[in-house]
Amino acid sequence: MINVIVELSKYVILTLMIIYTFHCFYMVYKQDEEEKRELLRQQLMMIFFMDFTAFLVIFLKTGDFNIIIFYLEMMVFFAAIQILYRIFYKKASLLLLNNMCMLLSVGFIMLARLDLQAANKQLMIVTAGSAIALLVPVLIRKMKFLNSLTWLYAGIGVILLAAVFLLAQTSYGAKLSLMGIQPSEAIKITFVFFMAALLSRNVTFKKVVQATIVAGLHVGILVLSVDLGSAVIFFVTYLVMIYTATRKVSYLGIGVAGGSVAAVVAYQLFGHVRQRVTAWKDPMAVYENEGYQIVQSLFAIGTGGWFGMGLCQGSPEKIPVVKYDFIFSAICEELGVIFGICLILVCMSFFLMIVNISLQIKNPFYKLIALGLGTEYAFQVFLTIGGATKFIPLTGVTLPLVSYGGSSVMSTILMLAIIQGLYILREDEDMEIERHRQEAAQRVRERAEAQAKRREP
Amino acid sequence: MSVFFVLIFVSMIGYLIYFSMEKSEDFINSPYNTRQDTFSDRVIRGKIMSSDGEILAQTDVYEDGSEHRIYPYSNMFAHVVGYDSNGKSGLESEANFHLLSSHSLFLDQMKNEFMGRKNYGDTVISSLSTTMQSTAYYALGDRRGAVIAMEPSTGRILAMVSKPDFDPNTIESDWQWLVEDGNNSNLLNRATNGAYPPGSTFKVVTALDYFRKRGSFEGYSYLCQGSITTDDHTIHCYNDTVHGQEDFYDAFASSCNCAFADMGTMLGGNSLRDTAEDLLFNKKLPLDTYRTSTFTLNNNSVTGLVMQTAIGQGDTLVSPMHMALITCAVANGGVLMRPSLIDRVVSDSGELVSQTEYTAYKRLMSENEANLLGKLMKSVVEYGTATALNGRGYTAAGKTGSAEFDENGSSHSWFIGYCNVDDPDLVVAVIVENGGTGSESAVPIAAQLFDAYYYN
Repeated sequence: MINVIVELSKYVILTLMIIYTFHCFYMVYKQDEEEKRELLRQQLMMIFFMDFTAFLVIFLKTGDFNIIIFYLEMMVFFAAIQILYRIFYKKASLLLLNNMCMLLSVGFIMLARLDLQAANKQLMIVTAGSAIALLVPVLIRKMKFLNSLTWLYAGIGVILLAAVFLLAQTSYGAKLSLMGIQPSEAIKITFVFFMAALLSRNVTFKKVVQATIVAGLHVGILVLSVDLGSAVIFFVTYLVMIYTATRKVSYLGIGVAGGSVAAVVAYQLFGHVRQRVTAWKDPMAVYENEGYQIVQSLFAIGTGGWFGMGLCQGSPEKIPVVKYDFIFSAICEELGVIFGICLILVCMSFFLMIVNISLQIKNPFYKLIALGLGTEYAFQVFLTIGGATKFIPLTGVTLPLVSYGGSSVMSTILMLAIIQGLYILREDEDMEIERHRQEAAQRVRERAEAQAKRREP
Repeated sequence: MSVFFVLIFVSMIGYLIYFSMEKSEDFINSPYNTRQDTFSDRVIRGKIMSSDGEILAQTDVYEDGSEHRIYPYSNMFAHVVGYDSNGKSGLESEANFHLLSSHSLFLDQMKNEFMGRKNYGDTVISSLSTTMQSTAYYALGDRRGAVIAMEPSTGRILAMVSKPDFDPNTIESDWQWLVEDGNNSNLLNRATNGAYPPGSTFKVVTALDYFRKRGSFEGYSYLCQGSITTDDHTIHCYNDTVHGQEDFYDAFASSCNCAFADMGTMLGGNSLRDTAEDLLFNKKLPLDTYRTSTFTLNNNSVTGLVMQTAIGQGDTLVSPMHMALITCAVANGGVLMRPSLIDRVVSDSGELVSQTEYTAYKRLMSENEANLLGKLMKSVVEYGTATALNGRGYTAAGKTGSAEFDENGSSHSWFIGYCNVDDPDLVVAVIVENGGTGSESAVPIAAQLFDAYYYN
């Protein structure tokens, strides 16, 4: 009997996800505000029913009452965040908010199924992060001096990364965290702020060189700490931001060429880079060692097939660090490859929303920030999903908002809050322009009236 | 810029779809993948059947709900069908995913799920023939060795025997002594994973290398004096037989060691190695579970080793399966078909689930080369070391070998070959450990297999 419910739940969850994904893109074509609001409401219903079905199944399969408690706590959190945003930030992007809730939901479902304790911890961090994040849009609005702290951002970034490199313990072959915190996650934000502050006003060649040196320091220390994923993300963000600020294809060309040379040099120099490439080329041949993770991941995705095994019916726990770097494989195994494809599309819609926001912002500092953060997000999604599916070599980064990991989820929530803040500012800008226009029109009208009056007598 | 990112997202989705449609099967069926075992909570393991409709393995469910895997033919299919407890081997491992997937009628499945009953896994119909397998099994008798029979045009494996063997019905209780008994390695499938010196069957490779270097077998002439000495290293023909003046066909048919050792020094280590590697030495064979054969010569090798290697001694080690695959390529115009043990998979209620498509694995040699090697192998049957295959109502071609494995000159008996020379029907590879010359032990077994193929 339970098996039938589990089996049916697969299709219910998948259907909800497909409709949700469709809405993400369909909404963009809708001009009418009322219709948009209706679609957003429907999306919330999808998330609600998906969580309900998923947690019901997990409860039925495990018989653990703590699952229900977790589910209720999670629902309170989602309700709170949706309501608070509607009260305090009427002008925030609700699609971005919905997507955040969707991705968090998918993450919570998998985490609760894999390791309830981890799920609880994650929920706590997400709640704390969101509470802080609620203040961020206000701060952005008030703190007009943010674009003058260029070298502070650079200093924080380099010093913290260097501290990790010098002091951190090695885990899974990489140096990542200090006292349980991964500074590289926070530095993703300061790095973008640094680049944006430096490049937002009249970009000279000197500034490009300065940006290159600081970015090089960041990337270099990360490579030495064997945090290859973050290194690549910083590099790509650097390239995209330089290009956007200068619009010079030659910089892009030089950057790509330089990056390729650096990649080859890193391949020759570092054993761990070679290992990743070997495991990527033919993981079966090195199954016992470096290929093990990726092969287990592919077993999971392959065995799950289009529709998945159903929640709690697969064995994703066989993949090492499944909660962190391989959450996507666990999702594909139990919820199916089609669900996985929808998830990629939701991430893509998420990224496009951010780009869209950045296009609408006129202040170049804020514009660059939105674009930089969006790039980091998109490239991180590419690295983790591409790595887990053997599309590209493994780099060991998390899937933002979905994977387990306090620093990662915290920094992603803050990133989103910043973007929401920028979105609200943009609306302010719009209103300002509107006000200017109205004032101008008013003046024209007054002048006309005055002239008319003068002519009357 | 955003176009670029959308592009990488889309290509990632494309790759994921490609992986699920094309690649995932390889990973699902990998013996390392133990995920399928969780299926067994909900599915009763399916049957394995022979191509002629006999049950080779099935699961009986007792009244108390316990399940027992039964192998009606006991030892006969031991290695090729394999076992399903204490790990998995053979078809039980290769077809695990199918055996534990159920494609019964949807309504039946639903009914079973509601009643809390298990569904029946799919039935795997193998290419194995009970006629061919039992012929091979009894022909080898209680001698050690391996026998393989397969169709060169499709890659279907009809028989695969390895001895000493074991009874898969009692594998659990026998496990301890099977594992501890280091001398016999009963669990080892010698057909696919045995490591033997190829003996004179390797002359097929040397001959191909000669042809590639010289462009023709015509015009070759050698005067055999029973032994040859180069750089202080002496090679003898079997029993020091003096073959006298011979052309290439004579040398191949009578398996003249002196001629081929001489040829080896002329060809050199690198050239022999290149040709051997074209024939998949030092390379992965079509199935990951098959043992990779080793070939070590290069131009720095000492002359003695080159001479030894050219006649199939030296450091070269092959599995009978590898020799069978080379023979298949010769018999199939140079193209090696992917070997397969599964014909099709049907559901418990008999509906077709999947059918194996016979695909080419690789071209190992040109059609012309295959035809000429075939001609050489035909001469072996017509007037060489395998004349026992003459006059049995079909044509045959092949190569014998006696692979010495100790200082006393004791040798394993080899035969590789095929029947119906014009349109080859069946390839066999036989090795009998310590069986003497090829004609003594291996050729008679091949004769029985060919006879069984046509007359039973």
